[in-house]
Amino acid sequence: MMEKMIFGRFMPGDSFVHKLDPRSKLLFVFAFIFIVFFANNPVTYAGLLVFALLVIFVSRIKLYFLINGLKPVIILMVFTFLLHIFFTKEGNPIFEWKFIHVYEEGLRQGIFISIRFLVLVFMTSILTLTTSPISITDGLEVLLNPFKKLKLPVHELALMMSISLRFIPTLMDETDKIMKAQMARGSDISTGPIKERVKAVVPLLVPLFVSAFKRAEDLATAMEVRGYRGGEGRTRYRQLKWDGKDTLAMILLVAMTALLITLRS
Amino acid sequence: MDEILSLDHITFTYSPDEPNVKNAVEDVSFTVHEGEWIAIVGHNGSGKSTIARLMNGLLFPQQGTIKVMNEPLTEENLWEIRSQMGMVFQNPDNQFVGATVQDDVAFALENNGIPYKEMVKRVHEALQQVKMDQLLNHEPQHLSGGQKQRVAIAGALALKPRLLILDEATSMLDPQGRAEVLATVQALREETGLTVLSITHDLEEAILADRMLFMNGGEKFAEGTPSEIFALGDQLLDLGLDLPFAMKLTKLLKQDGVELQGEHMTEEELVNDLWTSNFKK
Repeated sequence: MMEKMIFGRFMPGDSFVHKLDPRSKLLFVFAFIFIVFFANNPVTYAGLLVFALLVIFVSRIKLYFLINGLKPVIILMVFTFLLHIFFTKEGNPIFEWKFIHVYEEGLRQGIFISIRFLVLVFMTSILTLTTSPISITDGLEVLLNPFKKLKLPVHELALMMSISLRFIPTLMDETDKIMKAQMARGSDISTGPIKERVKAVVPLLVPLFVSAFKRAEDLATAMEVRGYRGGEGRTRYRQLKWDGKDTLAMILLVAMTALLITLRS
Repeated sequence: MDEILSLDHITFTYSPDEPNVKNAVEDVSFTVHEGEWIAIVGHNGSGKSTIARLMNGLLFPQQGTIKVMNEPLTEENLWEIRSQMGMVFQNPDNQFVGATVQDDVAFALENNGIPYKEMVKRVHEALQQVKMDQLLNHEPQHLSGGQKQRVAIAGALALKPRLLILDEATSMLDPQGRAEVLATVQALREETGLTVLSITHDLEEAILADRMLFMNGGEKFAEGTPSEIFALGDQLLDLGLDLPFAMKLTKLLKQDGVELQGEHMTEEELVNDLWTSNFKK
């Protein structure tokens, strides 16, 4: 099941989208979330959908892979679609069967909301699929830099994020090890009623937490010895490069916004 | 020879308010000179790891002074001194900060505000020195313990330290990883004459050192070359420290009447003595 999930997964590649600077991608997706709401007629919605499909095409991520991975989201989408169809009672009725009445406006709204939803999910998935988590962290750190003036601990947040990312596989391994150790002692996590299973998780969590705290302490010592004393006066090894591609993406974004505003009714 | 580090009558306790608790380190003095390899040995609780923490200001002693490059270690010059001492810890996973090998090596450089171009150069140099330059973009979960420790050494080397401290750096590794790390340290010493201080309970590692410090119950029990220390023989065994395999074997062979010349610390020496032992008759 985990293999199919694509939330937060990164697929390395060397497409145009992969090569964009994380800052431009983040800005683009963030702005996109807002401009999606400019669309309000068939032309603009169709435009958004075509654009999203184009981005997917350029990023060389297979559409069926994307849809397969987004199944839970698509179920949610179908659900909202049905809600709109059944509960919006405006415009001319187009379909009637026993207690089900479908109206023109309901269908319209249902399709629009679904497209909006789909386009947003596509774009954000493309962002995480084509950008490594660590680049996203770097990009966010730079983009959030102005908020330092408001006393937002930007550097610390970014460091926390990158260390968490770094330790996910380590802690997964550890969980696996503890699970096997507890299984060897006769604990059973995978069968039995829910209540029993929840109880069986406790002897898993306790050692995991103890070891996570131990690791945190060790890591803090190691960082201190290596001269870490906050973000002040630090240089960066991972450099972000803004080049023509990124400017192009930004121009595209502005053009899209202008087009949507002109075409909306 | 320049003096890199000196401890002068250092006493330290983790619980200064309780007079009944034994001091973790009791009146320890020693000096490390440039280019030396010093090994501090002792069983668990002998105070050897506490000494490592005292040396780079993670802890401060209650009595005595620690001098690094002839300068007393204080709160003020702490960070400068830390940048001249690389330290590698026991657990390979818990000291890997970066997302990839090269990011981790760069961590200390970033902290010290080294400009980007210089960083790239130093990261590559340091990784070459530990022969990890092929795995620049590897993530820690795809590295073996020995490789992670070599990356940690590279991370320390990148700052061009005067002293490399290995705090039980090989104790969590498998035999192959241990051999890898020790070979790396030996090669480094041959190439650059780096000063190394290793804290260990692995006697095969301690043999490689120029000088050994034997700690017991927070006190310095003995100091000398490995052959001098191991000549203590049964005294070591009484204090819970084993003899190296070759020495044990030599001892047993002698008991069984095999004629051998002197003590042998390494297997190679012993083998040489054994196969030539009949010629000498």
